[in-house]
Amino acid sequence: MNRAPDILREAEELRWQLGPQFQDALASQVSREASELAARHVRASGTSRVAWQRRLDLLLTGRWTGIPAMALLFALVLWITIEGANIPSAWLASLLVDSGHSWLKTLANNIGLWPWLSGLLIDGMYLSCAWVVSVMLPPMTIFFPLFTLLEDFGYLPRVAFNLDRIFQKAGAHGKQALTMTMGLGCNAAGVVATRIIDSPRERLIAIITNNFSLCNGRWPTQILMATVFVGALAPPAFASIVAASSVFFVAVLGFVFALGSSWLLSRTLLKGQASSFSLELPPYRPPDILRTLYTSLIDRTLFVLWRAVVFAVPAGAVIWLIANVDAGGHSVAWWMATGLDPMAWIMGLTGVILVAYIVAIPANEIVVPSILMLTVLLTGNSVAGAAGAGVMFETEDHILHGLLTSAGWTTLTAVCLMLFSLLHNPCSTTLYTIYKETGSWRWTALSAALPLFLGFSVCSLVALVWRTLAVW
Amino acid sequence: MSDCPPATCETCVSNRADLRRLGLRLGRWDYVVALAGNPNVGKSTVFNLLTGLRQHTGNWPGKTVARAEGAFDIDGKRYKLVDLPGTYSLLGTTPDEEVARDFLLFGRPDVTLVVADATCLERNFALLLQILQITGRVVLCLNLMDEARARGLDIDARGIARDLGIPVASTSARRGEGLDELLLALRDVATGAVAPRPRAREVLPPELQEPVDKLARRLRAAYPYLENPEWVGLRLLEGDARIAAALQNGEFEQPGHAAA
Repeated sequence: MNRAPDILREAEELRWQLGPQFQDALASQVSREASELAARHVRASGTSRVAWQRRLDLLLTGRWTGIPAMALLFALVLWITIEGANIPSAWLASLLVDSGHSWLKTLANNIGLWPWLSGLLIDGMYLSCAWVVSVMLPPMTIFFPLFTLLEDFGYLPRVAFNLDRIFQKAGAHGKQALTMTMGLGCNAAGVVATRIIDSPRERLIAIITNNFSLCNGRWPTQILMATVFVGALAPPAFASIVAASSVFFVAVLGFVFALGSSWLLSRTLLKGQASSFSLELPPYRPPDILRTLYTSLIDRTLFVLWRAVVFAVPAGAVIWLIANVDAGGHSVAWWMATGLDPMAWIMGLTGVILVAYIVAIPANEIVVPSILMLTVLLTGNSVAGAAGAGVMFETEDHILHGLLTSAGWTTLTAVCLMLFSLLHNPCSTTLYTIYKETGSWRWTALSAALPLFLGFSVCSLVALVWRTLAVW
Repeated sequence: MSDCPPATCETCVSNRADLRRLGLRLGRWDYVVALAGNPNVGKSTVFNLLTGLRQHTGNWPGKTVARAEGAFDIDGKRYKLVDLPGTYSLLGTTPDEEVARDFLLFGRPDVTLVVADATCLERNFALLLQILQITGRVVLCLNLMDEARARGLDIDARGIARDLGIPVASTSARRGEGLDELLLALRDVATGAVAPRPRAREVLPPELQEPVDKLARRLRAAYPYLENPEWVGLRLLEGDARIAAALQNGEFEQPGHAAA
């Protein structure tokens, strides 16, 4: 026998008898008892040793100092990453790409492996893996632990606090600052992190715009282009500072685009007011440095690297195949690159870059290796000779610079690649995550189309202005 | 009082529980422990300390967005630990609060481990008191004791335990301090060595006591397995749609873990 309806009816009647104020009475009863309990058993006896925290907060969340301090801190992290990744990258490249590749090739020759198989396995799969590891491992090993240290220290909520007003003006939720910083690691993780936003409207905005946070897969592209092309414009002493500044500029640009898109969305498709929320600023806690290093290396760096390698192996095979399978006198890659060239020219890019972006839809990490491999395979330069330069971060020897300029690259190409790397569709993992979180193909499609449209427009505009100025 | 000098307590055999961290190896379990608390009080750190897992912890509220599960073993009994999202209350107005509340109500854990930030107990107690309305099978973990000391706070853990009628363990989970105390408390509540003392009525304003009693009597008669008829009655009185639906769907008719 179900007695639920009876009981519910009785509750209803009793509620009417009680009148409307009893809920407030209840809430205040709980908080009164909580404070009595605390007052009875907590005594502030000694002096506090944490007065420095208040002074630090005055600086880091101050009205005039908060945002400059944040920019400075962020730029510093980038500079340490670029400067610190130089030597290990070159070392890994010479080990994995130069020596490893030629050693494997010799081995394949000696055991008489069929050329096509050794090409597919060594020039395709192995080489793309070797490139991914040497391009990604050093910057990620430095960037992630630095970022996690800031997070454990308690800095991230301060970022949200500093940016809250700006996000509010854009019609977005202040906690979007938190999900965007998570997106700096991985956009899929950033999209999952939007669960901390309660309002569905603002959560959708945060999901769609998360892609404007440069993810780890795109940092290497930025860092490489900035070092090889932009940094090279400056005198050697300032090269890494100029390179770091240009990456910083692109990252900030991503932030600006995120705000702009949020503003646009909150006035068109996702109309509404920004909801208010309370965010607790936690105390600063000295991070446990060794544990942070360990967990961020295992959980983030190696996890991300593993994912990149998993995607790089089949991509390497695909690239080698499309570059070596002939169709009517030319390779498939040649046809693709040539076919995309006109559109790429408008955007200041090259057909090869667009082919690489198509190959790299599963993971942004493999864009740079794909571009390098395609360039090498299509321009017919010897793989081993150019391969070593593929990951050189030292611009003194100009090998990579030479390889790419011989393929028709200019500074404009590098700048547009940096912009397109920021503004293009999210990787397939992120798209799938967006679909899972929103449950809608339409929002997923919009999340892919919006940045792609912006990327095309911005790159074309930059190329147009650049070329017009060059004519003068 | 025992005769041994206090300094030997740390190493005393009778004060030790034997912990084996089982990570994700859930398998079968003897007890279910829910891990609740305000945001950013170190729940994930306590979770990692108990299970040996390395769930990412970060110093900001809202870090844990999904429910995490892990397992550990005390003295040969297996415990499943469920890490709930951090909330300030259990009224169910946000998805997080709903997840946490639903688990406490319908998951019926054998023990609810409430982690509190020792540096701001007043706010943490508000959630603790609400949880105590749902279940008395609670262990309070006063975490971040190192930080509280750095702020010059003296906290009378025994006094709190006496007032609330629940075991209290003082910990600094980041450094692994107070783990033994915590394990003993968990074991005692799980095995029933310490009897829960529900206190749903004690926080009620006087004018509510009679109506809540009336509803609780009827609920107790209709649903003998219901552990917390006063709390359910109160929620019905407040017009909580989720609880009303649970009542009609018969979600209160099955016995919980503790009874099974």
